[in-house]
Amino acid sequence: MRLIIMNDADKVSEWAAKYIVKRIKDFNPGPDRYFVLGLPTGGTPLGMYKYLKNYYTSGQVSFKYVKTFNMDEYVGIPRDHVESYHYYMLTNFFTHVDINPRNTHILDGNAADLQAECLRYEQQIKEAGGVHLFVGGIGPDGHIAFNEPGSSLASRTRVKTLASETLEANARFFDNDVNKVPKQALTVGVGTIMDAETVMILTTGSHKAFALHKAIEEGVNHMWTVSAFQQHPKTIIVCDEDATMELKVKTVKYFKALGATHEKLIEDD
Amino acid sequence: MTLVTKYFNCNILREGKIVAEDLWVDNGQIANPEVIFYDKKKNPDIEIDCLGSLIIPGLIDLQINGAFGIDFTHDSGEGLEVVRKGLLQYGVTAFCPTIVSTTSLNYRKILPKLKRCHGSQQGAAILGAHVEGPFISNLKLGAHNMSNIKTLEDNNLFNTYGSLENIGIVTLAPELDGSMEAIKILSNKGIVVSLGHTSTNMETSLQAIQNGASFITHLFNAMVPFHHREPGLLGLITCLPSDEKPIFFGIIADGTHTHPAALKIAHSVNPKGLVLVTDAISAIGLPDGIHHLGDEQIEVKNSKAYIANTNTLCGSMTFLDECMRYFISSTNCSIVEAIEAVTLHPAQVLGIQHCKGTLNYGADADFVLLGTKLNVQSTWINGKCVFEHKNKPGYIMKKTT
Repeated sequence: MRLIIMNDADKVSEWAAKYIVKRIKDFNPGPDRYFVLGLPTGGTPLGMYKYLKNYYTSGQVSFKYVKTFNMDEYVGIPRDHVESYHYYMLTNFFTHVDINPRNTHILDGNAADLQAECLRYEQQIKEAGGVHLFVGGIGPDGHIAFNEPGSSLASRTRVKTLASETLEANARFFDNDVNKVPKQALTVGVGTIMDAETVMILTTGSHKAFALHKAIEEGVNHMWTVSAFQQHPKTIIVCDEDATMELKVKTVKYFKALGATHEKLIEDD
Repeated sequence: MTLVTKYFNCNILREGKIVAEDLWVDNGQIANPEVIFYDKKKNPDIEIDCLGSLIIPGLIDLQINGAFGIDFTHDSGEGLEVVRKGLLQYGVTAFCPTIVSTTSLNYRKILPKLKRCHGSQQGAAILGAHVEGPFISNLKLGAHNMSNIKTLEDNNLFNTYGSLENIGIVTLAPELDGSMEAIKILSNKGIVVSLGHTSTNMETSLQAIQNGASFITHLFNAMVPFHHREPGLLGLITCLPSDEKPIFFGIIADGTHTHPAALKIAHSVNPKGLVLVTDAISAIGLPDGIHHLGDEQIEVKNSKAYIANTNTLCGSMTFLDECMRYFISSTNCSIVEAIEAVTLHPAQVLGIQHCKGTLNYGADADFVLLGTKLNVQSTWINGKCVFEHKNKPGYIMKKTT
């Protein structure tokens, strides 16, 4: 595992965006060779999408031969609802770059058969040749995507009923009315993300500090699902200083000492 | 197959707010990018960098008597095209050509030529004629010729205008005998009845609203001044659009016809019902001298228009984009309020807000790219550029594959 500690959230966004650009360019994708990218939603990656948009606008990267798979989507809210992940991806990323709509994939939370939709999604990832780089975040309770505490670490894409804590936390996005919060979501499983060649997890802010501690300084535990990535061969966690508050000084010092090596990961050749 | 265009690097007026959002156009209409992307699975065919411009809906002028030497009341037909084309440079994408009180003979000659039409490269859309008179008060003639004023006797409405087909708005005085019946007939036919050139009291005005009138012609001008015990027609502006019977009122913000204090009063009382109109006359855009308005000789002095040899103002010489800017500087209203007074509100008066006056999804792609001083940089109708400033069009076309 690599732990990249940046000064602040903006630097985290910039680093993550640069890493994505670097990976796409190194891969040198083409019509017969697509780079496959897994993508998150939420507040943490917003800055990353802004940087990606700028890198696209200034001609540093193209998404023409990139396929994307999003992590999750609510069940039963209209696709154009401002809180839907379809809407998020459209307004924050897809329409600002040159990605072909046919190469973007988001779980359909309005599918008639949700189980079938999940199976289909796994199949689509498989057909794309697997995910080269899956980008994710961490919830304060250590979840990744909608894999809340207690989710199987071998889980695949499926329907999840959301915990009441999650519903309450999300009520602020739905007129502060917990009854308007979707009760279910479709999400890729921990196992689905584990299959990716590289997993990059972004986390910022002191409210995520305890989750980060649980994720990397204690054992693998399904109550902190993101800890599963201790067993992934290529995990990169990018965090800001605030998110390190609960880490041991030793841990922080060790990874900071590797800063120069980490910078090489995003350097132009 | 139509080309999907994305306008980016812009601010747009949407739902009463100025937001940093892209504007998508498909098939001549404002498109929802969500549908284009997820359903049609299309990338934009054309991308247009708007260089930070503010995109607002196309301006709509509900009262304009003519321009560039063309007077609609006396135009033989060809002049209309000149005005349609000429208005584009001021961001006007639709208007109601207005004719003042004239003879029955002349109505029958003029009105058939003022057909509704779509906007295009050829010029702004015509939304129906605004016939101001001849059923008005002989006490509030303004620049109208007394000899053309008529009463509303049996069937006079049809006998006077000939056909109502091309009429979008009728300005009349509600105190005339038979006016309530006329208001009912007109509003039932979908024609907007506007109250103006009148000495009416408030009670009669309210009755007119009840019968279907919905607009007031050039507020403060050609009506009884405000009196606190008999507010007259002016009292109507206290009927807010949220009320059951919404009322809109036109107002001339040219710095001459309405004092800034009066503009402020109207704006403070009812910002949602306020519609800026030019009431522009044929001489607009022309140098000082003698010109025609209706059957009157008018004189232009220092860019103001008077009935010849008098001090009676007879129409504005200020285009609508300038009225919008003047309205902001004289009332300190928000940019959004001023923009809506020349876009959304006039569209609401005509009941066409589903396709004009907004940038909502599904509306006609008629819009204007404004610069930092709210200056018109380019004008677009159905997603096609119909006017652009020769040095600063406010955009750069970027073709995509």
